[in-house]
Amino acid sequence: MTLTAGSKLEKILKSGQKAVTCECGPPRGADAEHFRHKAAYLKDCADAVNVTDNQTSVVRFCSLAACRILMDMGIEPVMQMVTRDMNRIALQSNVLGAAALGIKNLLCLTGDHNSFGDHPQAKNVHDLDSVQLLAAVKAMRDEGRMISGTEVVGRPQMFLGAAANPFADPYEFRVVRMAKKIKAGAQFIQTQCIYDMERFAKFMEMANDMGLTEKAYILAGITPFKSVGMANYMKKFVPGMLVPDYYIQRLKGVPKEKQGEEGIKIAVEQIQQVLEIKGVAGIHLMAIEWEEKAPEILKAAGLLPRPQVD
Amino acid sequence: MVVAESKPVTEILEMIKDCKKVLVAGCKGCVTVCNSGGEKEVGILASELRLARKVAGDDLEVLEYTCERQCDPEYIEPLDEYAKDVDAVVSIACSVGPQYIAARYPFLPVFPGLNTVFIGGAAEHGVWKEYCQACGHCIIGDFGGLCPVTRCAKSLMNGPCGGSSGGKCEVGKGTIDCIWHLIYERLKNLGQLSKLENPWGFKDWSTSRDGGPRTMIREELRK
Repeated sequence: MTLTAGSKLEKILKSGQKAVTCECGPPRGADAEHFRHKAAYLKDCADAVNVTDNQTSVVRFCSLAACRILMDMGIEPVMQMVTRDMNRIALQSNVLGAAALGIKNLLCLTGDHNSFGDHPQAKNVHDLDSVQLLAAVKAMRDEGRMISGTEVVGRPQMFLGAAANPFADPYEFRVVRMAKKIKAGAQFIQTQCIYDMERFAKFMEMANDMGLTEKAYILAGITPFKSVGMANYMKKFVPGMLVPDYYIQRLKGVPKEKQGEEGIKIAVEQIQQVLEIKGVAGIHLMAIEWEEKAPEILKAAGLLPRPQVD
Repeated sequence: MVVAESKPVTEILEMIKDCKKVLVAGCKGCVTVCNSGGEKEVGILASELRLARKVAGDDLEVLEYTCERQCDPEYIEPLDEYAKDVDAVVSIACSVGPQYIAARYPFLPVFPGLNTVFIGGAAEHGVWKEYCQACGHCIIGDFGGLCPVTRCAKSLMNGPCGGSSGGKCEVGKGTIDCIWHLIYERLKNLGQLSKLENPWGFKDWSTSRDGGPRTMIREELRK
């Protein structure tokens, strides 16, 4: 097995076993205890835990620091990095710093637009986009040079990831764009939350036909509904998110206090469905502010205990 | 053209509150075309200022003049005779105008009467849209003649992002076209979709404002 970074996530994926990643967002303040508490639920049920980078453009404590906290807890991080807030100088610097701290998985993103966050007055950067960040880190890792051509002394050994949204438009271009990310350097892909299973299956079929599942590991994104309110919100207000009405009807059909339980049942079914689809290499569970439910969901889906790798 | 919009009169009144006599200076260039700083708008603003100060019991004398252009030293020379006896100039050119006036009259206060908003064009009567941010190295030839630097909210060179829905950008509540959707459709029509298959490399921003304020020199035109 040839490894680029040798992270647990990379080893599990390359061994052909279904991988499980979970997401854990840092808080809007310096409360490390709160973050440790949430992360502790994920310790034994995720192969690696994604740390978001000021997601939805809301200021939180930084991804790099949160990754370090996870490592101290014995949890392998996937550091998320967005190009919205930093230029190529800061991005490359942070990648090198992350590698120096021993972080081995990096998810390269453009990030949500700042007009949606808590500082809509901010100046955004967008010197690079996610595809260019992938290419930049790949060149530092494989060729030992920065964007400028400057030699990197000590190459950052990163297992590189990217996001894909099979549900945005133009639909037929989404898989081409994922291919572009893979060309630029993405070794694994974590998808947007999947609710429209039919459309996701079609997306995977195209990915298989293009040979993309041979080149990168695709982890299907799952987010459990906590309530019918959350399902409605995602349907109406999250751009590029398709939530079929039958899930909303199903959640409406149970008493309010049972909706969370029903949401978990749905998530477990979705996990089982995506794992049946050819080319799906694992799942990415984003239980937003509901991390404590991750063990229960993953156990019910038959994904626990997690495999051990050297 | 440079597109500009009027500042609220209250904001202008606050800027000139200590003045007794001002000149409102318009421009017959871009701001005339976008109906914000031409001869007509000079007249309207001057009347509004006079009236507001009259109502406040603090009369203001307002002179009016519209330059051929305010972004050319020779065309602001006619302001010399007005500049002698006013307390300040309110320029309703794009922001180039007040800066030329400031340079010409070192001891005369000058205030902007407009907000300069973008380089763009008219979409329909009364509606203007942004098309260019003057990055200094045009790359739209790679994108079907459409500019992702300016017209994509994230300036993506490898879009569209996951927020593209039904041809619209997630920013702007459905009012902004997803330029990447349009680039995709256009290249499809032109049979050039293969242009979008490979990652677009790193843009050199040194030709943009990021390289510092720019000067363009054409030696063959210099006297």
